[in-house]
Amino acid sequence: MESQDSLELYQKRIPIITRSVKGKFRRFKTTVLLLGFAVFFLLPWVPWHRAHGIPQAVAFDVTQRKFYIFNLIVYPQDVFWLAFLLFIAAVFLFFITTLLGRAFCGYFCFQTLWTDAFMFVERWMQGERSVRMKLQKQAWNGEKLVKVGGTYAIWLLISFWTGMTFVLYYGYAPDLLHRFFTGDAASAAYITVFGLTFSTLIAAGFMREQICAYVCPYGRFQSVMYEPETLAVTYEYRRGEGKNGRIGMKGELKQREKRQEQGYGDCIDCSICVQVCPVGIDIREGLQYRCISCGLCIDGCNEVMKSVGFPQGLIRYDSELNAESAAPKAPHLHWKRLKVLGYFAALVVMTTGLIVDIANEKDFECSVEQIRQPLYVTMSNGDIRDRYEIRLTNQADESVRFHISAEGLPPGALNLGLMQDALVHSGHSIIVDVGVELKPDQIKQYKSFEFVIQSLANDKDRVEVPMNFFSESSGI
Amino acid sequence: MSMQKQQQQPQTTGHVWDGDLQEYNNPLPNWWLIGFYLTVIFAIGYWFLYPAWPIAGTYTKGFATIRYTNDKGVTKTVHWNSRALLMEETNAAVAKQKPYYDKIGSMTPEQIAKDPDLNSFVISAGKSLFSDNCAACHQQGGVGKMGFAPNLTDDDWLYGGHFDQIQQTITLGRHGYMPPFRGVLNDQQMTELADYVLSFTKVPVNPESAKAGDALFHSETAACYYCHGANAKGRTVIGSANLTDNIWLWANVPAAKTVADKEDAIKHVITNGLHKGVMPTWGGRLSADQIKLLTVYVHDLGGGQ
Repeated sequence: MESQDSLELYQKRIPIITRSVKGKFRRFKTTVLLLGFAVFFLLPWVPWHRAHGIPQAVAFDVTQRKFYIFNLIVYPQDVFWLAFLLFIAAVFLFFITTLLGRAFCGYFCFQTLWTDAFMFVERWMQGERSVRMKLQKQAWNGEKLVKVGGTYAIWLLISFWTGMTFVLYYGYAPDLLHRFFTGDAASAAYITVFGLTFSTLIAAGFMREQICAYVCPYGRFQSVMYEPETLAVTYEYRRGEGKNGRIGMKGELKQREKRQEQGYGDCIDCSICVQVCPVGIDIREGLQYRCISCGLCIDGCNEVMKSVGFPQGLIRYDSELNAESAAPKAPHLHWKRLKVLGYFAALVVMTTGLIVDIANEKDFECSVEQIRQPLYVTMSNGDIRDRYEIRLTNQADESVRFHISAEGLPPGALNLGLMQDALVHSGHSIIVDVGVELKPDQIKQYKSFEFVIQSLANDKDRVEVPMNFFSESSGI
Repeated sequence: MSMQKQQQQPQTTGHVWDGDLQEYNNPLPNWWLIGFYLTVIFAIGYWFLYPAWPIAGTYTKGFATIRYTNDKGVTKTVHWNSRALLMEETNAAVAKQKPYYDKIGSMTPEQIAKDPDLNSFVISAGKSLFSDNCAACHQQGGVGKMGFAPNLTDDDWLYGGHFDQIQQTITLGRHGYMPPFRGVLNDQQMTELADYVLSFTKVPVNPESAKAGDALFHSETAACYYCHGANAKGRTVIGSANLTDNIWLWANVPAAKTVADKEDAIKHVITNGLHKGVMPTWGGRLSADQIKLLTVYVHDLGGGQ
């Protein structure tokens, strides 16, 4: 057997040591980071007055199955709001992606935010890129131990507090924090905090861009939503490379006219754009799947262009359509497209739907189901009876009496048994079984009818549930 | 370990058979091996904590313990086992139901049925009690079975559908009986009786025959009215069936297509009588509160009076 060449399945990760940069995209990223962290870390500590329940602005009470979001109380029955919200988020992502590419990845994704924060810590503890590279090559000594160990320690602290904050949403924060440290919290709290501490540390400290490249499905499928009109971080190849490629600033090549005469492009090959990139790509090789569209290379390049006196915008947000045209114009948002408008219309419809639904939220939930065992019963006088199970959940703060009636039935057909107006305590659910009896000759006439459930506390709280009457002749 | 180096050249285990047969040495990936060793470490920890190794007639019991209270109310701490865990979980469930059962114990079935909270508890807890104890005969949902167990969801009751009657039925059980009329009545007389009974539900029978049956029913020859009553509506005190309604239990009249088949179904019952319809006593098996709960549940099934 001859020896095979050492072709390996996996490439070892090349560490990415980023250089810090200043500019408008960096400022925007920092602003988003600070805002995002402020909301996430402080929200559990915002008090909120409530008659019952956790006095905290946002709290998810799992044991009571009540989720408090400011003045809104969400019950498990409202879970479709969450589904709705996720739909909206997905369409919003598609909408933004066709317009601006992976803007979510670059500025808002929590992987990006936490990685960014960890990089700040890294720089603060270990210094700028060149210093960090030197430190990495250096043998282990006290200084390296303190700097690297200190970085890891702060990362761990941030990770822990991230996990802790997440858990604090699931209870009354001051009380839960106290119980957590006295060992009285639920085991789920400890498991979650441990899990999130670990995953945050690993994902933001060590895996970083690998999460985006290998783990995250969104990053990958957003790539297929790019269109020629999409604004993406673009290196203007023709301007940068000219006829003869890019070249450094030497001698007379410091003047732009001379460079152009000799066929060289505007790119001075300073590699700043590569050094600042948090995912370790070279944008000059064109758009690629790892690019999270964070714009830091734009900031880096613009700064350099300014300092050498060349026009800015060699790297910029631009559409493929514009950047590759013979005479590129100033980049602009291409929003007059069927796809964009379609996504926008869908967004508006869904968001309005969700808001209207939440605004019209009743103080109770009800569901009516026909009892199917048996589907119908023949009574001794030949009448047919169907039975229905009504479940009522009172979501109001006080006990409410409900009146159950039916519309579209002959008088006396609805049999509530002994359960007339049913009293339901706050946050409780009850089950009421009712019967509907019809004479055989009435069955054809009353195939469908409506249950009406009316709160006696509030006229507005009324629900009509359409139902069918089944019998042998219904063809079941 | 330097896996990369190893993989550059195909390594063999070093063994050679038949002069040229060699075996490749392809080590498992490190992440897999580490995972495997972790499971080994986990298993060792597990052996120390939980029952694990059989030794002759006994086994290693492990250091983990569990506290549980047995049915006599004695709390014990023993080595961890799932039986004790089940006990503990059952106790917890029973404790959770206790406030409801306490209320049920102090209220009449009618009061329970009127209380929305308790009635909801009856519907959910009754479902499992009924499934465990009653559904074997009365079927899931209490729909009954022709010729075997009565339907509990209709409004026809052999022994009465009031709360106290249902409660009595469950507590004490029932035993249906009808004497056989083989040899007492001839075939024509039985047909006449069947026609009389069928005439109540407007089955097109021979009116002459039905009239004769009417006379026979109220005569001393057949003496049906002794048990079924002069109006043939049955008597709940002894559990005799109401013969005038659409509900049939022992004679499968609804399934018979022709009038003759319907007559035959009824005649079969008259000929052979009944010595079945046995409902066992639940008094000793279920607690009084459970029986009360089932009473309300069965009443709720739709037929309660």
